[in-house]
Amino acid sequence: MNRYILHMLAIIGISALPVMAHADSPGAGGDSKNDMKTGAEVYQHVCQACHMADGKGGKGAAVIPALAGNPKLAMAAYPAGIVLNGYGAMPWFNGTLSPEQIASVVNYVRTHFGNAYTDTISASDVKAMSGPVPHMTH
Amino acid sequence: MVSSTRRQLLTALGLAGGTAALYQAMTVMGYAADSRFTGPPVLSGARKGTKVLVLGAGLAGMLAAYELRKAGYSVRVLEYQNRTGGRNWTLRGGDRVVEMGTPVQKVEFAPGNYINPGPWRIPYHHRALLHYCKQFGVALEPFIQLNYNAFVHSPDAFGGKPMRYRDVACDFTGVVAELLAKSIDGHTLDQELTQEDRMQLKEAMRGWGLLDEDFRYKSSVHTSTRRGWEKRPGGGPDGAPVPSQLLDRHDLFRPAMWQSLATFMNYEMQTTMFQPTGGVDMIGKGFAKQVSDLITMNARVSRIAQDDHGVRVTWEHTGTGKVSEETADWCVCTIPLSVLSQIDIQVSPGMKAAIGAVPYTSHIKMGLEFKRRFWEQDDDIYGGISFTNQEISQVSYPSYGFQSSGPAVLLGAYTKSMAGLDIAGMTPAERIEVGLAQGSVLHPQYRKEFSNGVAVAWSRMPWSLGCCAIWSAETRKQHYRNLTEIDGRVVLAGEHASYLGCWQEGALLSSLDAIKRLHKRAQEA
Repeated sequence: MNRYILHMLAIIGISALPVMAHADSPGAGGDSKNDMKTGAEVYQHVCQACHMADGKGGKGAAVIPALAGNPKLAMAAYPAGIVLNGYGAMPWFNGTLSPEQIASVVNYVRTHFGNAYTDTISASDVKAMSGPVPHMTH
Repeated sequence: MVSSTRRQLLTALGLAGGTAALYQAMTVMGYAADSRFTGPPVLSGARKGTKVLVLGAGLAGMLAAYELRKAGYSVRVLEYQNRTGGRNWTLRGGDRVVEMGTPVQKVEFAPGNYINPGPWRIPYHHRALLHYCKQFGVALEPFIQLNYNAFVHSPDAFGGKPMRYRDVACDFTGVVAELLAKSIDGHTLDQELTQEDRMQLKEAMRGWGLLDEDFRYKSSVHTSTRRGWEKRPGGGPDGAPVPSQLLDRHDLFRPAMWQSLATFMNYEMQTTMFQPTGGVDMIGKGFAKQVSDLITMNARVSRIAQDDHGVRVTWEHTGTGKVSEETADWCVCTIPLSVLSQIDIQVSPGMKAAIGAVPYTSHIKMGLEFKRRFWEQDDDIYGGISFTNQEISQVSYPSYGFQSSGPAVLLGAYTKSMAGLDIAGMTPAERIEVGLAQGSVLHPQYRKEFSNGVAVAWSRMPWSLGCCAIWSAETRKQHYRNLTEIDGRVVLAGEHASYLGCWQEGALLSSLDAIKRLHKRAQEA
């Protein structure tokens, strides 16, 4: 998906949804990196915030799961579903990342951090898994 | 619409009893009810010896502990951190920021300077928070929210040059007024408005938008009385002012421009706004002073079990590793759902599903210390907020210490979502570099005057794994009630269990509501 379409989506999203309308929020600014193409780029600019640069996650009062050596990555649809729909503290990225970006990052994670799966997931697979985008209200 | 009899009654009450009586009457009649808070809870007749275990010593937990003890309950609080207050938190020189997977940051601010990485401002209608601030002696001062002289910046508008909020607001209003007046003349509103309405609206547009006699919005002495001057009015023979030039109207319609204007129209963002004097953690400290004898720190809860007779909570001391059990009749659990969703908790499937269905935000805040207040000295900006649609999203100037010499700290970034995630994945030095590079667009003085900084990424906070609960229309419908109903002997509280998420007021309202219901249930048990 090209930058223009993503940018338009972001604009539509901002104007159509009362995003965090009630919350203490920085407002509408803060343009995201929406020109990411490779899985490595998506990982660095999005996933690494929590799963860390080495894919090993973190541990505090609760755990950020490691992606390195995580047997749950065996089936590509599982991580793709988590990225689309979120899990626990992790937000959904359906509507924020494109199916292409989700497929790329899932394929990236399944072939890095000591993972060496040979099958891949396609953007159309991810698209087929995507439900309606939730309406964030806060 | 207030009927004339009711209005007469209200006027009479106002005259007879003063504002308080009028307010009381209006509240009873359903007006002016802009906060649910009507006063501290009256919880009388707690059964002697009934034990309540509170999990979490943030504002929700400490408020529950305070009010429940006052009501006669025997209360104990378990807290994961070695600090009370939770997300109510202030960083000062000497403090450390410990994130998961990030090198530890040591704050190097000069004495008296601080940054609030979490909550920082209090709207005037957050009555519960204001009530307890007053009760616990927390001094408040104005938080400068709207500053007409701050900047609005977007790379795609005005050649990327930051514009003053005042100019954008004034010109946006003027241009919209001119276009609306024009569309009335073009008969496009004939269906919607009567002839009289159209005449009045046109006149309104002239006054509101500062249009001239031809209903044009133009550079003039008239428009400059609002948008400021090329050369300001002065004294003496050459004191006459020179009007300012208008901004290019096409760029005014860029999203970043009107969105910055719309921000301050939001109910929660309207002035008057307050902040605690000396740092937001004065609130947490005010609460802690009331209940510190009840709190056990460094306690990591690993299991919350319950049966018909009570609750049993297993916890581990984070320093010694010693595992203990604590029993009570009831439990108020204020642990953020980001953490609670990983704790073995014995509740109904509905509540369990709700706990696991709410993700958390990845807010970023940076505190940058500069050697001098160049925003005041060079740019005439005293407090308030500049907006940019770069990743840092905004810069907020300190609302204290105006015109003082020496170093000062501003909020160099306050952002969330994808920008928040991007910055969270960086090292502290890389984050600060983003803050400096993007902030320099607003203030070229940044590089020369920078002293030190700290950048907090909430998604990496070991004790919260995020900043605020994110609700969607779908999860509210499916899970909110299940999350907030008392489940056997356990009730949840915190900003996540309110419709005022990401505000301290939400945490307090949730806590008050939870303990009122819990008290009622305890009376019935």
